[in-house]
Amino acid sequence: MIQTTFSILFVVLGIVFMLVGSIGIVRLPDFYSRTHAVSKSDTLGIIFVIGGLIVYEGFTQSSLKLLFVMLFIALANPIGTHALARAAIRKGLKPRLYNRSSKEDTR
Amino acid sequence: MEHFFLYSAIALTIIIAVPMVRVVKGPTLFDRILAANAIATKTIVLICLTGYIYGRIDMFIDITLAYAILGFLGSLVIAKYLSSYKVRRQRKQEQS
Repeated sequence: MIQTTFSILFVVLGIVFMLVGSIGIVRLPDFYSRTHAVSKSDTLGIIFVIGGLIVYEGFTQSSLKLLFVMLFIALANPIGTHALARAAIRKGLKPRLYNRSSKEDTR
Repeated sequence: MEHFFLYSAIALTIIIAVPMVRVVKGPTLFDRILAANAIATKTIVLICLTGYIYGRIDMFIDITLAYAILGFLGSLVIAKYLSSYKVRRQRKQEQS
């Protein structure tokens, strides 16, 4: 019973984090700020959902594989986003900055 | 409990559909690749939930592992290609 309760709690929390990340991809103003929404928020949401599934499963072979998937996502998703951001800054994509003297955004 | 997984999978499908906006209207190429990467990583969780809906997680978890590795490699290879020296030199020659 307590296993099911914690599983539902983790899955709902993870889906809320993924919703926040998904809205952040659409709403944030700049490429470099959108990478935050993908790398941090989505990774935390996926870790929560798969952790909830591990709690629901118990100690079996499938839960070990789910643990491998969780560790792989926790490594791979920030690495991929970092590689994309590095490619963008090498190509010369300018980040959006706030200019304090003229009170407006510059590119 | 299967009903809960079914409803959470439906909610996750709606969440996955949201970054398609950025894929369609993203200003630069990197925005599109970033949104496609986000869709791919969320699909991994959707496949896991599908395994619990059908009650066959021991089969679906292998598909999940293969899909995770494929999505990560695709994103990484495109990023390395775009930041490679040869591509940048070609772009510079085209501009000049």
